This record gives sequence, structure tokens and C-alpha cells, in this order.
Amino acid sequence: MSIALSIGNNLTTNGVFTASAVNNTSVTNVTDFASVVGGGNLKLLSTQTASASATIDFTSGIDGTYDTYVFKFINCHPATNDVNFQFNLSTDGGSSYNVTKTTTRFTALHSESDSPHASLQYESTRDLAQSTADKILLNGVGNGDDESCSGELILYNPSSTTFTKHFMARAVENRSDDTAEDAYGAGYANTTSAINAVRFLFGSGNIDEGIIKMYGVV
Amino acid sequence: MGIITRNFANNLTTSGILKPSAFNNDSFDNVTSIPTGSVDSGSLKFISSQTASSANIEFTTGLDSTYKEYIFYFNNIHVAGDGDNFQFNLSSDGGTNYNVTKTTSNFRAQNSEGGSTLFSYNTGRDEAQSTGDQVIGTNLGTGNDEALCGYLKIFDPSSTTYVKHFVCTTQTNNTNNISEVTFVAGYANTTSAINAVKFLTSANAIQSGDIVLYGIN
Repeated sequence: MSIALSIGNNLTTNGVFTASAVNNTSVTNVTDFASVVGGGNLKLLSTQTASASATIDFTSGIDGTYDTYVFKFINCHPATNDVNFQFNLSTDGGSSYNVTKTTTRFTALHSESDSPHASLQYESTRDLAQSTADKILLNGVGNGDDESCSGELILYNPSSTTFTKHFMARAVENRSDDTAEDAYGAGYANTTSAINAVRFLFGSGNIDEGIIKMYGVV
Repeated sequence: MGIITRNFANNLTTSGILKPSAFNNDSFDNVTSIPTGSVDSGSLKFISSQTASSANIEFTTGLDSTYKEYIFYFNNIHVAGDGDNFQFNLSSDGGTNYNVTKTTSNFRAQNSEGGSTLFSYNTGRDEAQSTGDQVIGTNLGTGNDEALCGYLKIFDPSSTTYVKHFVCTTQTNNTNNISEVTFVAGYANTTSAINAVKFLTSANAIQSGDIVLYGIN
């Protein structure tokens, strides 16, 4: 009877539960709100933290679940000074990273001393034309204690077996020559095989520190 | 009590299961969290939103070590002065001072309503070890339909090891009836944590618009 009275206190006159009838504990055993749409457009799939790592490889989670995948790299710090931060793609789950790519790259530079760099240019020596080499995201990253690079790489529809795989990247760094570099890279993996692994690395030496997160776009 | 009992009974199936009519939105006002995995809340986490009501818009809370990346979205920033620039600065003392040293680059692409184009580095709108405000939109118009939109991303503002990288893109119809997209990036050259951001114009007030801050989980 006391329970009935308590329930009655938690109901409107129309028999609808008031806020006092439901709290966080009430929904502890609910594991699926089937009709509730997710609240965000990015779903975190995995996070990897570098610790003197030669490479950071994403060899799972890249499949047909999402049309678009976003990799965010934050404060990647090289062990070696003046090295490029780059990536490559795999169609065999990471056994080899050698997908043919054609890409563009342009940058805006500005040095701390205001000279010699305050410029915008296409970088013809750092693009790729039907090459299996690593794609440069950032050039000449410094390894000073406070120097690193950050940015994101967007990979579109990697599981398509019909189309080539497009990607775009924007990244920023303080270079070894104390210059801010705003770098844009884009292109396509010229294959109709599905891309199922991505590798990040420096052109030489380890990734001393850094975090790379992979998201699927909902 | 009798009426409530009868109405409540109407909200039950014959198996005693609560029907949708047993709840409305008010019923869940006291639910502030749900079990992990039951609803995909996404990785874009709303932190705060501010609508222009004074000269500046300042975010003095919410920037901390909770997230590795923060995004400010600019929604229709409308300035009071024709030709004003839109700009920002950073603080490492909670907003007491906005004078963090920055090195940045700035370039833009333009196309006028008459079809004249420009693609160039924007000398004079960049910073070289300067504590000045960083311009992220130039020559904004005050026409009733003119405004600026875009975003600013700051990476790991709470790091006390690395400088703080940021990237920004804005789009505006400027005072000369030109569509202009501006790309700014660089770093706050400090190992102190950044914990406040100010948005302002070069001369007058931000007349209207809002800025929304998100964390990326």
C-alpha cells in the first residue's frame, strides 16, 4: 500500500510519470534506446598513443561501417629533428603499406622572425604522381622539447571496390626552422581494392610522443 | 487517487508493461546520464554557446584538459563597423590578459560578385612572435545580409610540454561584395596552458551572431 501511495505521488493526474519517478538508477539496465539517434557526428573508434614508436598503425576498424573516417593526430613529436610526418595505406590489413597514390600539396608558411618565410606555395617536390611512397603531411617537423605537429586526415569510403579512395588532410606544425606551417594535402589511392589499414610515421626515427584518434563519421 | 490509479492503469499493457503514454519528456528531467553504450552520444561534446551582446565574446571556462581538441564554430558573426576585421586572442591566465605570443600564417581566396578573383598569402594579417590579436576575417560588411561563419580548432590547449597549434577557416561576404575564404594556422608559442579565448573585431562591437564551443572526445 505504501508503494502504491509512493507511485501515486510520482504520477500526474493523467497517470504520467513525473520527474520524481525516474532517476539515473532507473535506467541502469537499459542498454539500448533503439529509437534514439546518436547525438554526435563523430564516433570514436580507437585511440593510439605513441611512445618511442616506429609507426602507428590502424589495422582494424576500417571497413564498410562508415562512409568517412577521420584521423586526428595531436602533438606528434619526432625523435629526430627536421623530419616529415607522413602516412600510407594498405589493402592487405597492414602487411604492406604501398598503395598507389596521386596527390597534391600546398602550404602557407610564416617564420617566427618574419623572414625568410611568409608565403603560399604549391610544393611540387612533395606531391605524388602514381607513387606508392608515403604521403607527406608535414615537412621538417622539429624535435625541440616544445615542438610537434597536429591535424587531421579524412579518408572517404575506404571500403569501396568500385571507386578510387579520396582523402584530404590539413595539418599544422612548428618546423625545425621555427616556422609555422599550415599544410594541405589531398588526393586519391588509385585502387579499387578496399583500404583496410593506415600507417602514420615520421620520415626518419620514431614517433617519440603523440596521440592519434580514429573516428567514424555517423 | 482513484482517478490517478485509473489513468495509470490505462498506461499499462495487460502484461503490466509501461506504455509510451506513461512517460513524457518531463518524466526524464532527473536523468542526467545513461548507461555506457545505450545511446551513442558522439564525440562532439557541446560545452557552451555565447550570443553576441557586447564588444567581445570571451570563453573563460571549459578550456581544460578534458579534451585534446576544441572547436569554436562561428555562426553569422555580424559586425557593427563596415570594414571591421574579425579576430581572436588567447589567454594563459583565465582571461585577465589576452596576449599570448603567436606565429601564424594567413591566406585567402576571393571572388567578387563581379567575377574578380584573388588567391594569395595575406601579408599583414599574419603574426611573427606577436602578442597581437590574430585576424581571421577581413573587411567584414555591415549589410543586413552580411556576416561571417567558420571555425577555429585548438589542439591540446592544456599541454605544458608543447606549443599550442590551431587551425582556422572562415567564410564571409566582405564589405566590397566579395566572397572570401580565409585560412589561418599557427601556434601559441608558450608551454603554459591556454585557458581562455577572446573573439573581437578590430574596431567596433560584434553586433550579433553566436559562437559555440565543443570538445572532441
